[in-house]
Amino acid sequence: MTAASAPAKRASLTRRTVIDRVLLYGAAIFLAAWTLVPIYLIAVAAFSESLAVYDFPKSLLPTQFSTDTMSFFVNSTGVLPSVKNSIIVALGTIVLSLAIGAPAGYALARFRFPGRDMFHLAVLSSKMFPIAILSIPLAVAFIGIGLYDTLLGVVIIHSAMVLPFVVIVTAGVFYSVSRELEEAAMTLGTSRFGAFMRVALPLALPGLAAAAIFAFVSSWNEVFAATILTVRERTLPAHILATLNQSPLYFKFAGGFFMIIPSLFFIFFMRKYLFNLWGPGR
Amino acid sequence: MAVRAGRALPFPARIARSEAALPLGLLAPTIVFLTLLILIPVAQAILLSFQAVPGTLGFEAYRRMVTDVAFADSLRNTLLLLILVVPVQLVLALAMALLIHSRFPGHGVFLYIFALPLAISDLAAGIVWLSIFADTGYLNSALNGLGLTTDPINFLSYENLHLLLGTVIVAESWRATAIVLVILLAGLQLIPREYFEAADLFGASRFKRTMLIVLPMLRPSLQSALIIRTIFAFQTFAVVLALAGRQLPVLSYQAYDWYYNNRNEFIAAAFAALILLMTMTVVFFYLRLLRVKDAEIQR
Repeated sequence: MTAASAPAKRASLTRRTVIDRVLLYGAAIFLAAWTLVPIYLIAVAAFSESLAVYDFPKSLLPTQFSTDTMSFFVNSTGVLPSVKNSIIVALGTIVLSLAIGAPAGYALARFRFPGRDMFHLAVLSSKMFPIAILSIPLAVAFIGIGLYDTLLGVVIIHSAMVLPFVVIVTAGVFYSVSRELEEAAMTLGTSRFGAFMRVALPLALPGLAAAAIFAFVSSWNEVFAATILTVRERTLPAHILATLNQSPLYFKFAGGFFMIIPSLFFIFFMRKYLFNLWGPGR
Repeated sequence: MAVRAGRALPFPARIARSEAALPLGLLAPTIVFLTLLILIPVAQAILLSFQAVPGTLGFEAYRRMVTDVAFADSLRNTLLLLILVVPVQLVLALAMALLIHSRFPGHGVFLYIFALPLAISDLAAGIVWLSIFADTGYLNSALNGLGLTTDPINFLSYENLHLLLGTVIVAESWRATAIVLVILLAGLQLIPREYFEAADLFGASRFKRTMLIVLPMLRPSLQSALIIRTIFAFQTFAVVLALAGRQLPVLSYQAYDWYYNNRNEFIAAAFAALILLMTMTVVFFYLRLLRVKDAEIQR
């Protein structure tokens, strides 16, 4: 490389980086708009006057802010009870799936035992079964044992649905909590249970909270099983789905926006654990 | 850490050995729960699908399934959605993942934005896009405002089946690309930085680097993304119902309809069993086609 060509090359390199940067940000902004614009539009629809949904052509900007549509939605027959049901079911799903799944996650993270890989594979492959194939026989079985059309029945199937994820993510959480600390506590005379409660559990809490939020949102969103297993005790998505044919557009838009709200916070809490949930398992 | 046999066990190992039953105790609730609520129901669903005539085992439910007026349409629509949606999601997610992975200033904000639809349900996503594709919706308003059309385009009518299918593809791609993104990003992070540095050192263009290094090394992640998205594509249901109602039947909707509206659990179970069979066939096909070694499945 001659001395003369070096600055020229550097200049062309910087031009290349500038073009690179422009393309990079251009693509990023385009993809961000693709993600954000629909969320923005449903928010505009949910906060317009009810009958404005039938205006045409309508403004893409929030010209007349109104809470009419949202309050109509919230006060419609069946909405508030179904929201209450959704929250109870989602909280129940957190409790049941973590109570069952977190110990298994702990065992996967802490122990080498015969059949460990097989158990891991079984948990992973249980994510494969469509909720449709689980709901139908469970509905039949739940009618027999009095769990049909109860919130507990929905909690149970939602817990089964999220359990594989909870096991995998809690295994990741406990894996990242140093086992040496627990062993040190045991050396100092606590039992394994004491060491777990005083050392591992406090350190694992943020990760367990993430698993809980995942369970909450999965249950909040689930519609097939919730519809199949209930008649009166509907969750919010089940209620919206069941009334989809006869409800006016503005009711749907308000409902759509309402259902999205928790998911906007989800990512904020889950950032650190996203890759545990869907990344390659350990 | 494996427990070695021998006299002088280190202290923690000694504890571990005295607690040989502990892991089993911790796993037992999960094993029982998954058996009762996944394994047995799957077996029962398959059994149900053969029991349409009381007291006998036979193919009556399947016979009625294939003679269902919407059967051919629902099968075709489900497969079409799979074939059309999954590639769009893979391409979009790959673009997002490569962008984020280049770690440009501000990439954290963009990851947050790209991942937003991750927790949006298919029902909600269907309604979001309904506000855009409805006759008086935002897309028609925008086209009108730009002077491209005078009368609204009927996106959501059976008469324009291609447009109707297109709206579902757009809504599904919008919602479920985020999961693929997360899987691919996790895979990208496993590729050692040195590979990229080496490629740069030899002057490989970004395109060449992507084609020759990133894509081959990303194969296991692409494969898990493909499998997960295929499993869920067969379950596509609420997004279709929100946008198209009964105009665009899919297999999951037929299962729902037979159980919920017609109270026939046998035909519903036959549809569910068909979904399961198709899922397993495609997953098996992927695993064979992409010829993964055991080591990669374990990951």
